[in-house]
Amino acid sequence: MSAAALAWRQFRFERRLFWRNPSAAFFNFLLPLVFLLLFASVFADDEDQLAVLIPGIAGMSVMATTFSALAFNVTFLREQGVLKRVRGTPMPPISYFGGLLGSAVANAAVQVVLVVVIGNLLYGVDWPRDPAALVLFTALGVIAFGSLGIAFSHLIPNFDSAPAYVNAVFLPLIFISGVFYSADSLPAALEAVAQVLPLKHVVDGLAGGIVSGEGLAGNLTAAGVLAAWAAVGVAGAVRFFRWE
Amino acid sequence: MSDAAIRVRELRKAYGGVEAVRGVSFDVERGEIFGILGPNGAGKTTTVEILEGYRERSSGEVSVLGHDPQSRARDLRERVGIVLQSSSFYPRATVREAVEHFAAAYAHPRDPAETIVLAGLAGKEDARGGELSGGQRRRLDLALALVGDPELVFLDEPTTGFDPAARRTAWGTVQALKDLGKTVLLTTHYLEEAQALADRVAIVKDGRIVAEGPPGELTPSHARYRVSYDSNGRRVEHVTDDPTDLLHRLTSDALARGERLTGLAVSRPSLEDVYLELTEEAP
Repeated sequence: MSAAALAWRQFRFERRLFWRNPSAAFFNFLLPLVFLLLFASVFADDEDQLAVLIPGIAGMSVMATTFSALAFNVTFLREQGVLKRVRGTPMPPISYFGGLLGSAVANAAVQVVLVVVIGNLLYGVDWPRDPAALVLFTALGVIAFGSLGIAFSHLIPNFDSAPAYVNAVFLPLIFISGVFYSADSLPAALEAVAQVLPLKHVVDGLAGGIVSGEGLAGNLTAAGVLAAWAAVGVAGAVRFFRWE
Repeated sequence: MSDAAIRVRELRKAYGGVEAVRGVSFDVERGEIFGILGPNGAGKTTTVEILEGYRERSSGEVSVLGHDPQSRARDLRERVGIVLQSSSFYPRATVREAVEHFAAAYAHPRDPAETIVLAGLAGKEDARGGELSGGQRRRLDLALALVGDPELVFLDEPTTGFDPAARRTAWGTVQALKDLGKTVLLTTHYLEEAQALADRVAIVKDGRIVAEGPPGELTPSHARYRVSYDSNGRRVEHVTDDPTDLLHRLTSDALARGERLTGLAVSRPSLEDVYLELTEEAP
């Protein structure tokens, strides 16, 4: 089988097993939706707040389904010896990780669609003004956060400590990146921190696609920062990779 | 290129300043079961993981099926099956799913259903990895190593933690591999296992091979026959290089006194004696 066919097979395998893992399914799908429903219900009459919240939750979902999920997954697979065992077979690493990453990307895509659909049907947010920008920034987000998640797993010593490591990054980042409220209302120092990290730029790009209709041209800086983080993530994931 | 399945010359591996493997040389012929026997920490796993391509050596020559394992050639991985000391697979995948999934990675796999039977997991096809007992999980390891129909199989302490019955069953499976014409490199710290399975054994200690040969032909430097019998309710044991004179003296004395030597036993030097002599710590 070609490397591409094996990657596709690995992807389908990951999809099948994903649904057998209730806690992964919960954290990937339900938790962001619970956040969405709670916050959106509070702000249901405030169009400006919803315009922040819908792309914000979509951006958070991109990070949760790729960065957090892959950091957990790869740590687990390494600790269980699955990575080492796969390395002993003719399966090309690119196929294996392609399938793994593809599965995370599928979750991210489904989640972004769910957030947009719920935003429209339940809260009357318009359909995306610029779907191409929505797709583009979702793609930039999954590449950056997916590779950063794999790279980050190398810093996690064992699976027991994985939630602490992942949440130490995830929770502060969602609070300073304009997920629940506009990042403009943050103290200048925190906003400056958010500016150099990727999540705010995913949220800005998604906001352009969903709410304002601002495409790539209006969010060139965001795209540039995400591309830079994607490069850091890929380099880190490859350079520091540990099979065991 | 030699015809041996594995050829190792002056292999060395250092971690930091510590040498775990200090100049090991051996050959494994095609179709034989070669055992590496030694206490924990002797360098068995390091040696095998270098041959499997997981670790880079510090120096020496290594050839596995004509390849340098460090090159990680796909052709080599097609022809080698590996049972690691500890590993598992996706706990939510069933035995059948896992074996079929692995089979797809190989150009010429063995039939997955047949492989499951060969590994001793018939009837467990639909059990998930996480539901298997320790011994069954080890058999799944074996099934995953065999599904590529490898010429050469590495078994790193395949029966550690098994109860005696499960160990016997596993030995039967390893014998079956030999009957299929496979070459097997086995590490173990169980003497009986090396004795029961291996055509040839290398005993390693502190990163060096201290003895090598068929288990029945390895003899301690002193023959050390053990002669034992019961006397006045306790066991008396003599160790001797030559039991003939000793037995003659013991039995003559007993007959002269009109006694019987109850429970008389003479044992030949075993692999255990060789092993203990070679691996005991210097005083």
